[in-house]
Amino acid sequence: MLLTYLQVFLVGGAVCMLGQLLINLTKMTSAKILVTFLLIGVLLEAIGVFDEIKDFAHAGITIPITGFGSTLAKGAIEGVEKEGLLGALTGGMKAAAAGLSSAIFFGFVISLIFKAKTKV
Amino acid sequence: MISRTEYNELNAKLAPKSKEGRTLLFAFLVGGLICMIGQGFSDLFKLLLPKSDEKVIGQLTSTAMIFLGALLTGFGIYDRIGKYAGGGSIIPITGFANSVVSPAMEYRSEGMIFGVMCKMFVVAGPIIVSGIASSVAVGFVYRLIGAIK
Repeated sequence: MLLTYLQVFLVGGAVCMLGQLLINLTKMTSAKILVTFLLIGVLLEAIGVFDEIKDFAHAGITIPITGFGSTLAKGAIEGVEKEGLLGALTGGMKAAAAGLSSAIFFGFVISLIFKAKTKV
Repeated sequence: MISRTEYNELNAKLAPKSKEGRTLLFAFLVGGLICMIGQGFSDLFKLLLPKSDEKVIGQLTSTAMIFLGALLTGFGIYDRIGKYAGGGSIIPITGFANSVVSPAMEYRSEGMIFGVMCKMFVVAGPIIVSGIASSVAVGFVYRLIGAIK
């Protein structure tokens, strides 16, 4: 149990540090960083490596945006298995629906409730 | 004793490096911590809903983390953490929520449609487009490989 949390911390921290290293070296904006890590997640899922990393790292690899990429790719693959070609279009969105909808819903509601204080 | 110019040269040589080292450390610590919070949610949901499968637990965890990220952004806390944590606050899913809420709040003065609803996707848009496009491509390729086999 405690060891699991250590693994989560180490892998999650390492993934984020890798992102920060990219920012330091290339001055990438946060949008580019997020897209890069998302695509890494998609790729890892597509070649079937993601689950193996997940078995070790748990939330350390699923909480970073790589997990979102993996969810999308896994959804598309499972969609194809269930419904054929149409599943490639419906599977990813279905699997990622909770994350997408909650980001849009909470994002919208909270931006209505709160007023910007800090300059970004 | 070193002269002023020597000091400045030394400072220029050393300062960015140590600053870079610090950003890496903060990114590691904060990123790791956020992931541990995610693991905490995941374990909590598993405890509360022992019959649910892994997918449902994962969806609930993402939702909880996104809510947390959005709420902390609303209070102005997340952006303050982001100043120090950089990649540690950007890359976790909470950072995705932050990238939706932060511009929506900032551009609210430009109106509901063009301010809030458009600007919500300034950063999230590329993520959604690249994520969905690439996942559909993965699905197509998977089907193609299946057809060849």
